Amino acid sequence: MGMIKAYCNDFWRYRYLLYNLIGRDFKLKYRRSVLGVVWSVLNPLLMCLVMWVVFSTVFDMRGGDIVNFPVYLMIGQLLFNFFNEATNTAMSSMLSAATLIKKVYIPKYIFPLEKVCFSLVNCLFSFIALIIVMLFTGAELHTTVLQCLYPLLTLFVFSLGIGLVLAALTVFFRDIMHLWGVFTTALMYFSAIFYDPLAMNNAFLTQFIKFNPLYWYITAFRYTVLFGKPLTFSMIWICAACAIVALTLGLIFFRRQQDKFVLYI
Amino acid sequence: MNMIEINSVSMRFNMAKEKHESLKEYFVALAKGKLQFEEFYALRDVTFNVEKGDFYGLVGLNGSGKSTLLKIIAGVFKPTLGTVNVRGTIAPLIELGAGFDMDLTARENIYLNGTVLGFTPKYIDSKFDEIVDFSELWDFLDVPLKNYSSGMVSRIAFAIATITKPDVLIADEILSVGDFLFQQKCEQRMRELMADGTTVILVNHSIEQIERLCNKVTWLEKGRVQMTGDTQTVCEAYKLTTR
Repeated sequence: MGMIKAYCNDFWRYRYLLYNLIGRDFKLKYRRSVLGVVWSVLNPLLMCLVMWVVFSTVFDMRGGDIVNFPVYLMIGQLLFNFFNEATNTAMSSMLSAATLIKKVYIPKYIFPLEKVCFSLVNCLFSFIALIIVMLFTGAELHTTVLQCLYPLLTLFVFSLGIGLVLAALTVFFRDIMHLWGVFTTALMYFSAIFYDPLAMNNAFLTQFIKFNPLYWYITAFRYTVLFGKPLTFSMIWICAACAIVALTLGLIFFRRQQDKFVLYI
Repeated sequence: MNMIEINSVSMRFNMAKEKHESLKEYFVALAKGKLQFEEFYALRDVTFNVEKGDFYGLVGLNGSGKSTLLKIIAGVFKPTLGTVNVRGTIAPLIELGAGFDMDLTARENIYLNGTVLGFTPKYIDSKFDEIVDFSELWDFLDVPLKNYSSGMVSRIAFAIATITKPDVLIADEILSVGDFLFQQKCEQRMRELMADGTTVILVNHSIEQIERLCNKVTWLEKGRVQMTGDTQTVCEAYKLTTR
């Protein structure tokens, strides 16, 4: 308990640093681009357009009829992108903060946390694109839509936990950066982004995909936003369990290694 | 009252002959039985106390462990052995502009660096004019820092770090940057802080400056304390050996 309290105190003291770092990332991302912030919405819109064209014409193997395929695809793509961006940027966050942590004392977990928060901000912006597509395709607005905050929040915690582990590992072994890119590519194909696993008539796949936490977050989000169904009991506990396990692992691992970071970067 | 207590602090670094930056290299080295680190003690059994109101100087040749010691006091390194206790807030001036992002403007950096040091945005707001006045950079406030000269960067960094009244100010060779007018200004500012009860630890290669400013000095030699005492005695002894 003492550990958690110390984390919280630190967090409260350095919350302004967190805001400022997020602000810095945001400013630097769009500095000198003509459209600026508009890209936050335009980029996911265009990316999903490409995916939609590819997977509804050339590689049409979505397995059965998916209601409102553009929205189905986009939800999967946006949530996966969030996880991908959050973990990747968190992974290299300690290295890019090297000049800072070598000279000033700052609680180190603030850097992976900042990257995951920044990815969440980007993700929220891309939801504007999702809303545009939903309006355009005439998707219904269901009363369950507010429940989508639950998978989003638990996914945030889950990504933070994974990000903390990766950030600590990368300090000692830079190989992780290359490996993780390969891993996430494989993960992408097993997250049911552009197909419906239940309609694929492949018993192995339908079982196997249940071991992928991302599948659960994405499916839970689709349930509430697209299908208008409330979250099932198994969704609620699996989303929460994955998040708690990942965060606990991340915090413990990161804490045990953090004093050594300065000597290795 | 002791503001800083340094109790038999040792700091060991593993000087990897080859740095193993990838898993493959690491395991290859492990298999060959070559995974040996050469141990290097940057500090060995250093003990001294800094009292409230001291203007404490650290002297020593390059590589004697002065900067390592300052970093331990600032909390950047954890000592391998021994303990360090610091009472109150620390303003570290270890390398000026550590928390700066060169792509941001000076205005943005003042806020970023201020929060790195743990200030609230409101507090920075209230001190903003004072910071810019001190660094004399009103004309360049919205220029990205990468276009600044190094002297300009250190001015603004010094101004931010000393805007608060810290209990302990750690200064690593900062007075050697900037022109002589700015150096005078920094000295002036440090004296003001001292008058308000700040304790200062100073590292400087210019022994004249140490003699002029400090009341107590510790002399480090290859990571060990060679001598501790009042400025006069230690500086005389130090100058005799280095001459």
